[in-house]
Amino acid sequence: MAKRVGMEVAIAAAEAVGMCDIDVAAVYPITPQSHIAEHLSEIVADGRTDAEFVTVESEHSAISCVAGASGTGARVYTATSSQGLMLMHEILPIVSAMRLPVVMGIANRAVSGPLNILNDHSDIMPQRDNGWIAMFTENGQETVDLTIQSFKIAEHPDVMLPCCVNIDGFQLTHMVEPIEFPDQKLVNKFLPPRKPYATLHPDKPVSMGTFAMSDIFPEVMKAKDEALKNSKKIILGIWDEWEKMFGRRYRPVETYCADDADVILLTMGSMGETAEIGINELRKKGISAGLVKLRLWRPFPFEELKQAVKKAKILVVTDRAVSFGGPGGPVASEVRAALYGEKERPLIYNQIIGLGGRDMAVSDFVAMVEDAVKSGEKGIIKDYEFYGVRG
Amino acid sequence: MNIIENFDLYAPRLVDKKEYLCSGHRACQGCGEVLGLRLMCKALGPDVVIANATGCMEIISSMYPSTAWEVPWIHVAFENAAAVGSGVEAGLKALRRKGKIADRDVKVVGVAGDGGTMDIGLQALSGAMERGHDMLFVCLDNEAYMNTGIQRSSGTPMGASTTTSPAGKVSSGQKTWKKNVPEIMVAHGVSYVATACPSYPLDFINKVKKAMKVKGPSYIHCFTVCPTGWRSPSEMTIKLGRLVVETGIFPLYEVEDGKYRMTVEVDQLRPIEDYMKPQGRYRHLTPDQIEIIQDRVYQEYNKLQDKINGLHAWSDLQYEWGLFD
Ligand SMILES: Cc1ncc(C[n+]2csc(CCOP(=O)(O)OP(=O)(O)O)c2C)c(N)n1
Ligand code: SF4
Ligand SMILES: [Mg+2]
Repeated sequence: MAKRVGMEVAIAAAEAVGMCDIDVAAVYPITPQSHIAEHLSEIVADGRTDAEFVTVESEHSAISCVAGASGTGARVYTATSSQGLMLMHEILPIVSAMRLPVVMGIANRAVSGPLNILNDHSDIMPQRDNGWIAMFTENGQETVDLTIQSFKIAEHPDVMLPCCVNIDGFQLTHMVEPIEFPDQKLVNKFLPPRKPYATLHPDKPVSMGTFAMSDIFPEVMKAKDEALKNSKKIILGIWDEWEKMFGRRYRPVETYCADDADVILLTMGSMGETAEIGINELRKKGISAGLVKLRLWRPFPFEELKQAVKKAKILVVTDRAVSFGGPGGPVASEVRAALYGEKERPLIYNQIIGLGGRDMAVSDFVAMVEDAVKSGEKGIIKDYEFYGVRG
Repeated sequence: MNIIENFDLYAPRLVDKKEYLCSGHRACQGCGEVLGLRLMCKALGPDVVIANATGCMEIISSMYPSTAWEVPWIHVAFENAAAVGSGVEAGLKALRRKGKIADRDVKVVGVAGDGGTMDIGLQALSGAMERGHDMLFVCLDNEAYMNTGIQRSSGTPMGASTTTSPAGKVSSGQKTWKKNVPEIMVAHGVSYVATACPSYPLDFINKVKKAMKVKGPSYIHCFTVCPTGWRSPSEMTIKLGRLVVETGIFPLYEVEDGKYRMTVEVDQLRPIEDYMKPQGRYRHLTPDQIEIIQDRVYQEYNKLQDKINGLHAWSDLQYEWGLFD
C-alpha cells in the first residue's frame, strides 16, 4: 500500500497530471484553478515531467492550443474555472466533434455577475451539451484518481472524446486532504502512451476540422452522441481495471444507506461528504434517509440512477446552478427526465443550494430532507426552491 | 496535378511544380486569396502543418468529405489560428524531443484573413508571437470579411464601401484608415516581417522561404484581391495586385531584425485613381475624397522610406528566440 500524504487538493490534481506523461499543457490562471496551473508549471520547470507548458494569453487560446497539440498526437491537459470556462465555451463542442482527447480540470466556481470567485456549478452547467465526458469528484483522492483515469478514458480508441474533471473550487481545491498517490510504475502500466487515430504530420497528411453542410452535419452530431453514450461502457471497464490495480472502486452513481431509504438526497461534487453526515443524523432521528451521489454527469447514467432511487418515495435533488426561467436546477431537470417513464417514481423536490459559495452545514441537509418529508406527507409539490435564500 | 502549361519551359527552378493546395476547390473565379495560398504552399513545400482560421479559404478548401489540402491542415475556429498553431508547434516539439515522431523540422504555419488576423484574431496572434513559437503566420488580407458577405474590417481601406460601411446619401464608405499590422508585429520583436502580394509571385515565394528559415515567429502580410467583394472584374486580379504596389498604397518590403528594406522598388508612384477606378467599392468617392486618400498614401510611403533609411538592424543576440530554453 502506498503511503498517504496530506496535500492541498489543487496541488494533488497537478501532481496527478504530472504522473501521466503529458506532452503539452496550456493554462491561463484564474481563481480557484491557479494552484493547479502554478504547481503544474513547477513540475515541468523541475523536469519531473517532460512537457511543453504554454503560457497562453487567454483561456480561449488555452483550449485552442491544446486542441492543436492534441491534433499532433500529443497527450494534453488544461485547467480552468468560471469565466475562463465561459471563454472556452465556443471551442468546447469543436474539440469533441474533432474527437480530440483533451483532458481538463475544472475548479468549479460561480460565473459573474455579480463577480464571485466562490464555488458552485454555474460554470460547468452551460457546458453540459458540448459533447464532453464530465465527472465530479468528491474529495482529494477521487480528484487524483479521476484525473489519471481521464486520460485513459478520453484516449480510448472507442471513445476519443474530451473529458473534464470537476473539482469544487475552494471547498475542495483548497482543502488539505490525506491522499494516497498510486505507484508511478503501476500508473505507467495503467496508462500507456497515447495511440492517436490520426495526427498532423507531413508523413501522412490529413485535414482536421473541415467544413460540413447539411448532407453530413446531422450524421456527425449523431456520431458524437453515440460515442458519448457508448463511452459509459468503456468508463466502467476502466474503473474495473483501476479497482484491480489500485483497490479503489468507482461507479457512475454512488449510494449511501440508500437501499432501504424512503427519502433520498441527491448530490454532485464535494457536498456529498457533508450530506453523508446529515444522513447519519436523520437515521438517528428515525427517518429512513439515504444518499445518492452522481459522479458521472455526461454520459448521464440513466440506468444506475433509476436503480438507485427506485424504492424511494421522495427524492431531494440538490443543484448548484440555476436554469433561469426554467425548471429550477439542471440536475433536477435531468433526473426528472430520467425517471419520467418509470411506473413507480419518487416525488422530486429540487433544492438549489450553495450558490456563490454559500455554506451548507450538516443541519441544512437534515432540514431539507425533513422539509421534503413533511411536504410529501401533506401532498405539497414544490418544483424548486432556493434553499435558505432571503427575499 | 500540374495545371501550368509549359511549366518545364519557364519555371522549374523558380516555383515548385507540385500543388499542395489542389484545384477543384470552391473559390470564386479570379480569387487572389486562393492564389496567395497556393503560392505560399509551393514555397513552403511538404514539411509543414497549416493552422487555418475560419474564412473564405477554409470554407472553399475543406468541404467534408473532400479536401483540397495535400499537406496536414487543421481548422478549429475563426479567432484562434495562432493559438491552434501554437499548440501544434508545442505538440510537435514535445513529441520530437521525446522520440515519439521523426526527428526532423516541420514548420507550423498559421493562416487567416484580415478579419482572423487584424480584428478577432489579433490577441491570439500577439500571444503566439510574444511567446516566440517557431511559427510563420500569414495574413491573407482582402480588406473585408468576405466569407460572411463583405463586411468591413480594420483592414478595409478608407472610403471603401462594404456591407457594413456602405456608401450612402450621408456616408462615403469606410471611415477609418487601415490598421498597420506588420508594424505591430515588428513591435513584438518578430525577427522577420514582410508584406507580399501574389501579383509578385517570386517576391512572395522568396519571403515565405526566408520566413521558413527563421527559428521562431515570423509574419507575412499578403495583400490579396477579391473580385467578388471589391466588385472588380475577375480578370483584373493580377493587374490590381500590381497597381496597389505601383501606386504606393501597399508597398512590398521586409523587416529583418528591425532593418527595413523595400523589395520591389517603384520609380514613380502612379496616381491612386489608376488602382481605384476598376473597383466598384470606390466608385462613389469624389475627387476631393480621393485627394485626401492620395495625400495619406504619400505620407505613409514617406514614413516607410524614413524607416528604410533610418533604422538599423537589431543586434541579433538579444532578439534571438529560445535563448533560455
Ligand atoms: C467567433 C466568430 N464570429 C464570427 C464568425 C463569422 N465569420 C466567419 S468567417 C468571418 C469573416 C472572415 O473574414 P476574413 O478573416 O477577412 O477572411 P475572408 O473570408 O475575407 O478570407 C466571419 C465574420 C465566426 N465564424 N466566428
Ligand atoms: S469572396 Fe473573394 S476571397 Fe472569397 S473566395 Fe471569392 S474571391 Fe476569394
Ligand atoms: Mg478578408
